[in-house]
Amino acid sequence: MKRNAPGQRGLLQKLILAPYSVWAALFIVVPLGFVAYYAFTDSNFNFTLDNITRFFTATSTVTEGEVTREVHTYLLIFVRSLKLAVISTFICLLMGYPMAYIMSRASSRTQKILVTLIMIPMWMNFLIRTYAWMTILQDTGIFNGLLGLVGLGPVHIIGTESAVVIGMVYDYFPYMILPIYSIMAKMDVKLIEAAKDLGCNSLGVLRRVIWPLSLPGVISGIIMVLIPSISTFYISQKLGNGKFYLIGDAIEGQYVANNLHFAAAIAFILMVILLVCMAFMQRYANKKAVVA
Amino acid sequence: MKKIIELKNVTKAFDGEVVLDNISLDIYDNEFLTLLGPSGCGKTTTLRLIGGFESADEGDIIFMGENINNVPPHKRNVNTVFQRYALFPHLNVFENVAFPLREKKVPKAEIEQKVRDMLSLVALTGFEHRSVTSLSGGQQQRVAIARALVSQPKVLLLDEPLAALDLKLRKDMQQELKKIQKATGITFVFVTHDQEEALSMSDTVVVMSEGRIQQIGTPIDIYNEPENAFVADFIGESNIVDGVMLEDRKVAFSGHVFDCVDVGFGKKEPVDVVVRPEDVDIVAEEKGMLKGVVTSVTFLGVHYEIIVDINGFKWMIQTTDFVDVDEHIGLYIEPDAIHIMRKSEYSGMFGDYSSFSNELDELSDAESEMDE
Repeated sequence: MKRNAPGQRGLLQKLILAPYSVWAALFIVVPLGFVAYYAFTDSNFNFTLDNITRFFTATSTVTEGEVTREVHTYLLIFVRSLKLAVISTFICLLMGYPMAYIMSRASSRTQKILVTLIMIPMWMNFLIRTYAWMTILQDTGIFNGLLGLVGLGPVHIIGTESAVVIGMVYDYFPYMILPIYSIMAKMDVKLIEAAKDLGCNSLGVLRRVIWPLSLPGVISGIIMVLIPSISTFYISQKLGNGKFYLIGDAIEGQYVANNLHFAAAIAFILMVILLVCMAFMQRYANKKAVVA
Repeated sequence: MKKIIELKNVTKAFDGEVVLDNISLDIYDNEFLTLLGPSGCGKTTTLRLIGGFESADEGDIIFMGENINNVPPHKRNVNTVFQRYALFPHLNVFENVAFPLREKKVPKAEIEQKVRDMLSLVALTGFEHRSVTSLSGGQQQRVAIARALVSQPKVLLLDEPLAALDLKLRKDMQQELKKIQKATGITFVFVTHDQEEALSMSDTVVVMSEGRIQQIGTPIDIYNEPENAFVADFIGESNIVDGVMLEDRKVAFSGHVFDCVDVGFGKKEPVDVVVRPEDVDIVAEEKGMLKGVVTSVTFLGVHYEIIVDINGFKWMIQTTDFVDVDEHIGLYIEPDAIHIMRKSEYSGMFGDYSSFSNELDELSDAESEMDE
């Protein structure tokens, strides 16, 4: 029998792949096509760029105390979403990286227990978890109760940006720690010994060996936290008391208001921006991997 | 010769299991020293103690006159070539070799120069920008050696560095390592379980078993004058039989009194007698000092390996003369082919070929190649 050259697929392989291809086309490509189609059409499905321009030009007035100023509504919302998402991602990375390292160096029994502990909250419904945080963070909630016990507080958290960030960090933390952990667990301990042997102190080992080798995990962790947190709407509504209108809220709002075309346009723009960011990050990671 | 490393009464246990039992060893400047022993004998642990990856429970490690018990690996003037090389996969060949120099903030031009010199020493010029993962095992090995040598350590530790290479490449690398050691004048401490490798490369061989040093000596000493049954069996093939020293230069074993060259034993002292298979001559049955029946003959190219049953004890003999199975033959042994050893805890454990099989030998070899 003649062997197929790489890249050339036999009939059997094609058949096996067929259901997946159909699934991917139906549930990934077609919906994306619809988003793009709606984004560039008006309610009569004639081509228009109005939805896109509206995102960049729409203005509204904001009153902060005495001052009232005119702002670009959606750009402001986008920047706010980006800010909260970046802060959350950064906190996740800051907490997740050392934790992932400690986990990867623990005994295999401890590793299994820790991975399970991190995954358990993910088995619970996302809405329920967010509601739980509402009760925890309320002015009379568990958090302030605990602070009261040690003679501190109460601190007003619910309805602040901090509450939104706490919610995001809590919900997306596993997505940061797991990819980093899985890379680190595979890392050869001998590489760390080799680095020490060749003159690195602990910081040098971290900087020159562990960090560059764990970079692919860090990149996928960042992507997996940044993307859902930039487009979240539920957390900001529940924990921010709706005061922090985020890009996800905007999409949801337009959708609920039956303004599908503009909702699609916002989603489309968000997608393009994220794709560009991801492409840059991947390129940076690849460059690092080759040159460094 | 100057002592460069001294281990003094070093003991190390893992989870209560003693891996090194009161070891003392001097390593001299410029020598090629090999730690030889089966899997689990403590040779790798000894190396890791010198490298600083383990700390001794008891005893001292002295480096050029200074106690380095508490000096971390990165501050020791000692580098290691790891068993599976441990090259940094995110760095190319040049950067792997430059790694220790960059850590020391050596000026760029000097790094460039030193790395090129090292790569030419290990015959890898032109590979600077290759990814280390694209290299063959032998090439990776060379990169690991270059990386360990580039900062000119006093001592290079090599942990079974050739175990993962195929036979041909291993032979070449043995020659090359010896050459590099001569060229650089750096002390090599080499760990292996392969006795041939140890004999062919080393100035000094340290035979270890069960966490203790059995014998230290030149390859020739170790082969010709093994200290006990363990060493005699581990280095090459040996027939080891119970004997009694009758007086100086007279020993009785297998029902015959032999002339030998050993002196200094007590009268009637029980001893272990070693006779190497290649030192036994086959003669006609009636002329033999010992008489036996051939039970198996294996053709090995250069010689035949035959097993002879002498009063129930099986001897291995290597000969170029053909004899047939079931043939009755006589054996003749020259006085200087007989080596006498004092009784030890290993007496009676080795040197009988009654359960001998090449297959078993290979099995135990494969086992000892695994990580310790």
